[in-house]
Amino acid sequence: MEFSFDLLLEATVFGVLLGCFYAAVSIGLSVSFGLLDVPHVAHPALIVLGSYCTFLVARYGIDPIVAGVLLMPLFFLLGVAVYRFYYETFEKRGTNAGVRGIAFFFGVALIIEVGLILVFGVDQRTVEAPYIGKALDLGDMRIPLRFLVAFGVAVTLMAGLTLYLSKTFTGRAIKAVAQDEPALRLMGANPVRIKQHAFGIATATAALAGALLIVIGPVDPGLDRVYIGRTFSVVVLAGLGSMTGTLAAGLILGIAESIVLMQFGASWAPAVAFGLLLVVLGVRPQGLFGR
Amino acid sequence: MKFWISCAVAMFAAVALGATLKNEYYFFAGYTVLMFIVLATAWNILGGYAGYVNFGTPAFFGLGAYTAAVLFKAYELPLALQILAAAAMSGLLGLGAGLLTLRLRGIFFAIATIALVVIMETLFINWRYAGGATGLQLLRPPVTPPFDSYIKMLFVVMAGMAVASVAIARYIETSWIGRGLRAIRDSEEAAEASGVPTLKLKVFACTISGALMGAAGAPMPMYLSFIEPASTFNLNYAIGALASPMIGGTAHYLGPVIGAILLSSLQQLVTVTISNEVNVLVVGVMLVVFVVAAPDGILGLLRKVRWKRS
Amino acid sequence: METLLSVRDVTKHFGGFTALSGVSLEIGRGERFGLIGPNGSGKTTLINCISGALRNDSGSIAFAGEEVSTLPAYQRTRRGIARSFQIPRPFTSMSVLENLIVPLEYVQHRGSLHTADTRSEALEILRMMGLADKAETPSNQLTQIELRKLELARAMAARPRLLISDESMAGLSGNEVEEVLAILRTLNESGITIIMIEHIMQAVMRFSQRVVCLVAGQIICQGTPEQIVQNPEVQRAYLGA
Repeated sequence: MEFSFDLLLEATVFGVLLGCFYAAVSIGLSVSFGLLDVPHVAHPALIVLGSYCTFLVARYGIDPIVAGVLLMPLFFLLGVAVYRFYYETFEKRGTNAGVRGIAFFFGVALIIEVGLILVFGVDQRTVEAPYIGKALDLGDMRIPLRFLVAFGVAVTLMAGLTLYLSKTFTGRAIKAVAQDEPALRLMGANPVRIKQHAFGIATATAALAGALLIVIGPVDPGLDRVYIGRTFSVVVLAGLGSMTGTLAAGLILGIAESIVLMQFGASWAPAVAFGLLLVVLGVRPQGLFGR
Repeated sequence: MKFWISCAVAMFAAVALGATLKNEYYFFAGYTVLMFIVLATAWNILGGYAGYVNFGTPAFFGLGAYTAAVLFKAYELPLALQILAAAAMSGLLGLGAGLLTLRLRGIFFAIATIALVVIMETLFINWRYAGGATGLQLLRPPVTPPFDSYIKMLFVVMAGMAVASVAIARYIETSWIGRGLRAIRDSEEAAEASGVPTLKLKVFACTISGALMGAAGAPMPMYLSFIEPASTFNLNYAIGALASPMIGGTAHYLGPVIGAILLSSLQQLVTVTISNEVNVLVVGVMLVVFVVAAPDGILGLLRKVRWKRS
Repeated sequence: METLLSVRDVTKHFGGFTALSGVSLEIGRGERFGLIGPNGSGKTTLINCISGALRNDSGSIAFAGEEVSTLPAYQRTRRGIARSFQIPRPFTSMSVLENLIVPLEYVQHRGSLHTADTRSEALEILRMMGLADKAETPSNQLTQIELRKLELARAMAARPRLLISDESMAGLSGNEVEEVLAILRTLNESGITIIMIEHIMQAVMRFSQRVVCLVAGQIICQGTPEQIVQNPEVQRAYLGA
């Protein structure tokens, strides 16, 4: 096996950029699954939906990232509606909810995926922007500009969400409801409304994540299957409910994938996220920073 | 006693059809339906009885298919031995994966099973001897009498597997094992406190489930004369195996059978008249509708109707 | 009195939070033992560590002379430790009778299932609990007190030597409290050691021979009911500083 230090460096840099992107893509799941305990296997499907919505909006000449931001309020409302429905149907009724909840979200993911196929076909879709197609020369490395843009937006998104959760009243209520719901109820706050709000935010991040996804590369309706592995392995590796852990875990996944891609080729890359997930689940299920 | 008579009748009917029907299309369609009966019944042992929903069917099914294919390529093993070997391999996978992941909560287990599918697929994409990403062509051996065509023989074999898997599921369901699994599903903590060895029972269910799915996969390479990773480890098998019991009813061994027949027939109809994508859409919608509105499936609805009438 | 349960220096953390800190107590065979403490003091965590629902981080738990802290919960149940749950967890898909058949099959009759008549045994227990007429009722249709009784009945079906009753009387009316108390006393008279966790002070004090008070994961007082009630620290814990 050949080992080139330069290639390793390039893979690592690439991995860091990719890793931040993975973290941003997973942060919504960190909230919905990590904090709210919703078995949200449909999160990646919502991200892909976000990508396609971005594609539609971008056709009017709007920059894809801007399109993603514009879509966030819409996705927020979608998230609120989905959570409300999930809560009324499953969480309230208690028993058996876990089993049926997973099946429910699986069904939703299927419907989204097939819906996208029916509307857009199975072909890949891309967007255009000034930063797509160009690359930055950094010493010996060529870094595609779109990765740097995605990296920047990803970091901003995560910083914004982390600040929101720690500085604002609603944000802290969200963290509180994850830790001690009865106490929150005693303080007069309505846990369901807070969880609803949180799920809405998580879904809104999916919109922006979707925009980043289609900026980074072409999307097709089946992409959510690959991202189920990536998002869940990031969230599990991070430790449920840990925002900073999500960034660390994303970086680990990004770098690992990058190195595997470099050393072993593309046919092994999809297994990295899932392999990492199984290892974490087997060895340290509470993740790096778990509650 | 009634049950065993029904089984004998079913087998007799299958053999009779095999001997009399001329149009081979029926056997292709029937094979698919019977295969999904096995997959759905197997899924239900862990997913329905114990409540551990999972998407791992393609991993066990695919491993069974590839075990059969590789053993056929290497040793020209007859179908019966292929099936046994496939069941053994997938059973082992169920045992191993179960020991590793069934300590976890339901949702983690479900995600871990998706991981299992992708890892299995990746392994076989990278295994040159088994054909790699492009796949393996296989030449069917000559068909043994009394069958006059290979597909008819596969049909009868699959009918036998369907009957066997339903019988196994029924035995588990009505025995003390089934009661333990139900206790786990209702409240795993209370089950453990009541002396139920929850991990052992779950791993047992996972092993049997995996073995049956592997057995169902074994004839696949012979059925298609071809095997390749992407379609073998396709998540669509997970959909069929999961949706059939959830729609038919998870509490009783007939639920997966009803669901599989319904969904398989629907699939044939929709795919032929409209498109394959719409078929998946229909399944997805039905799954959501049933999970939300009729959690006990069709059998549950029938029970309610009968109860109201009495 | 011969020691049945020996808890020595048990500690349990949840992340950064210490739920139990160096808890030690000894319970004798046939004793009626009360465990009190304000909400969040670690009572249920202690019970979970004893029954095996949780693993203690350090310390030892010995039952009838055997170290059990590394055993999974179902094995502890098979050795004779049974518990009821604070929030009842019936097997909702089963009838009341079938709920009891589970422990009967998995604890009592593991080797002799084809000869055992679990149905009549279960009915026997239900009769003792006053639930016999509800035997075929689906367990998700019971009232609060019936659910509590089912919890105890199910624990009884495991034929325990030690029964832990975790707030079986919470939210019950005066008469219902008396009913449950009478059942527990009858069980104790037949030789079963009982640990009772309760907030209903008069029930604990009337029932227990010895009481232990747990506050913030530590035992602050052990003694007879009279001694406990007069202890200033206990009074402070319950009435506030």
